[in-house]
Amino acid sequence: MIEGYAGKFLEANLSSGKTKNVRFDDEVLRDYVGGRGLAAKILWDRLGRRWEKAKPLGPENVLLFLTGPLTGYYPGGRICVSGKSPQSNGVVGSTVGGEFGVELRCAGYDGIIVTGQSEKPVYLFIKDADVEIRDASKMWGKDAKQTMTLLTRECRELLRKRYPLFGEWREPAMLYIGPAGENLVRTAVVAAKWAHAAGYGGYGAVMGSKKLKAIAVKGTGQLPEAANMKKTEKLIQELCDGVYENELWRRWGTGSGGYEVGAKMSSEPVRNWQDEWHDEKSFGVDKFEDRVWVKQCWSDFGCPTNCLKVSVVKTGKFKGAITDNPDYELQAYLGTNLGIFTPEGNVYMASIIDDLGLCGIQTGNVLGFAAELYQRRILIEDDLDGLKLKWGDAETFGKLARKIAYREGVGDVLAEGTYRAALKLGKMKRMDLLPYAVQSKGISIGAHGIRSGKDYPDIISYACSVQGGDHTSTAGLPLDGGGSELMEIFNDSGVYCNFNVFGVRRNFRFEFYKAVTGLPLTRKEWCNKRAIKTLQLQRAMLLLGGPDLKWKPKADDVNPPRFYEPLPSGPYKGKTADRSAVKEKIKEYYNAAGWDANGVPKSKTLKGLGLDDVDDAMRELRT
Amino acid sequence: MLVPGAEFPHLCAQCEDYPCVRACPTSALSVSEYTGAVLVNNKACTACGKCITACPGRVPHMHPIEKRILICDLCDGDPQCVRVCREGGWNVFKKVTRREQTYSLYARKPEEVTQDLCAKFYGEKGEDFV
Repeated sequence: MIEGYAGKFLEANLSSGKTKNVRFDDEVLRDYVGGRGLAAKILWDRLGRRWEKAKPLGPENVLLFLTGPLTGYYPGGRICVSGKSPQSNGVVGSTVGGEFGVELRCAGYDGIIVTGQSEKPVYLFIKDADVEIRDASKMWGKDAKQTMTLLTRECRELLRKRYPLFGEWREPAMLYIGPAGENLVRTAVVAAKWAHAAGYGGYGAVMGSKKLKAIAVKGTGQLPEAANMKKTEKLIQELCDGVYENELWRRWGTGSGGYEVGAKMSSEPVRNWQDEWHDEKSFGVDKFEDRVWVKQCWSDFGCPTNCLKVSVVKTGKFKGAITDNPDYELQAYLGTNLGIFTPEGNVYMASIIDDLGLCGIQTGNVLGFAAELYQRRILIEDDLDGLKLKWGDAETFGKLARKIAYREGVGDVLAEGTYRAALKLGKMKRMDLLPYAVQSKGISIGAHGIRSGKDYPDIISYACSVQGGDHTSTAGLPLDGGGSELMEIFNDSGVYCNFNVFGVRRNFRFEFYKAVTGLPLTRKEWCNKRAIKTLQLQRAMLLLGGPDLKWKPKADDVNPPRFYEPLPSGPYKGKTADRSAVKEKIKEYYNAAGWDANGVPKSKTLKGLGLDDVDDAMRELRT
Repeated sequence: MLVPGAEFPHLCAQCEDYPCVRACPTSALSVSEYTGAVLVNNKACTACGKCITACPGRVPHMHPIEKRILICDLCDGDPQCVRVCREGGWNVFKKVTRREQTYSLYARKPEEVTQDLCAKFYGEKGEDFV
């Protein structure tokens, strides 16, 4: 067995109510590491042959919660949620912070595989080797904060009764869904704590379809032993020392990006990306500190960065809104993208979204999309159930978000996500609404534009990514460079926070991997032999798609049309992505990744990587 | 952390009257003369749990695998938690010399502390979360 792994995975079949332990071969763990990579492998093995027929929201889908060998050791542990995505119909490795991954590994599991579908609401309760599927009808229908309160109370009571002599229990770590997930909204999240969420992929809806309200885990053991503990400790110390010097996120949260790279570099979505520039001085991070922050240092277990802050609106019409930071993405998508330029309005929106269990980025995108249609009089008040969707009106946007989460009226259409909503509304209005939808392969673009060319994403970042518009997994050239998707695959497969890789040495993460697992790994080997396998698997499953949606190779590898409109204002006025340059670069990327002219993985590439069965499935797509 | 955001260290406050030491039936607990911390004699401890009930803050807890109690021993006068907290620049923890003070006031149950913190952070609604 490779060191650094707990060695077993928990498989829970909700249809039969049975649980068992599963193990994977060393070769599989070596090649796919964990998290996103392993998720792609497991999904291909279990669903590969019938991928096109498997409904993302049906009982046949497999929901995965996977850690990696570095979770808990690398500062800022996370958990990777995956499955067949109801958004892109491919595989998305969606990670969420918090203690869940660490607790799970301390309980002796490397991950949880959920299959089947329960008839009544349940939650999984794990205490070391004790696994129980318990009734959750009490929590079904409750919002995020109520769910957490009820679940914490129940679990603590349970632990106290079972282990009366132990003393005070620290509450278990939990993942749960809000009302949005229960109502199968495609932009629903798997949430942790109040405001942490695995948003991309829409796995909240998958959890809801399985009637799995929550998972609570309490581990009292140790983390799986590292191969070289002394070296690991030294590396952790080195990383922490580096982070302590970096004040940007420690002091101001990731929202400082909202000003430094977003607003100043003209790459922040404003009014559904009609603009990427604003000079509202009311929206700088310092305003958040003065007006809404009640706690300045907050981090999850073992994280030196502490980019989280606690924000509360104490007076005024949004009184009682609680959320964390809000981080950069939410400041952009639930602030500027909706024309909201006050911290209070932004915190209010974020808190509503958290409560409903929606994804801030993608719901912000849908809301912006609807508001632009209202602005252009394509949607009128009657279509929106009487809501006047004016830019900047946080209260109305909050009402619409509630409609989306409960699938009421127009919310039922918008709950399908930007891409599907654009198709549906387009059919209703008999016009092409896709130019207003800023998404890539069903997944909303993160709040980092490509038009000004000053932010980190490249012009092909979203078009070629196997996770669509996911801003934490952007494609870039060269393939073994720092901005390449293969490096993101390492973060999501080792499963730790990608904010903790900034400013470390080039090969730091591979050294860390060696210290924990004892297996030597070079950047070259990772890129050419291992990560590329995950990339090909993800690409193959994305292209297979189905059953309700199928991406055309090449034709769908494009930027949203909005990115070709010139920027209307700001210091980079008139700049836009160049169509011919994009085309050229996509061709280059296909070549580098071993795909043919249509973007389908070549037979030679797949066979060279030992993915012969994938090659069989790709044969139809090539013609 | 019963409520997100309201985390706090739940540690021994070294009350002057040491109710846990007095409650111990096997004399496994003693007080360090140098630091004032409660020391556990692992061999003598029978894991009866009487010290947990005696403690006003329910601070001691059982070792999850072995049969013995865990109480903060202040790392023999060089607390590592204080070291890392200083190093990280959070400056929440501080080393102080023992003074004339009622230290048992700091020994509180997690629910009570959380309630106070919630009211402070989240306003009047905060107490409902506990």
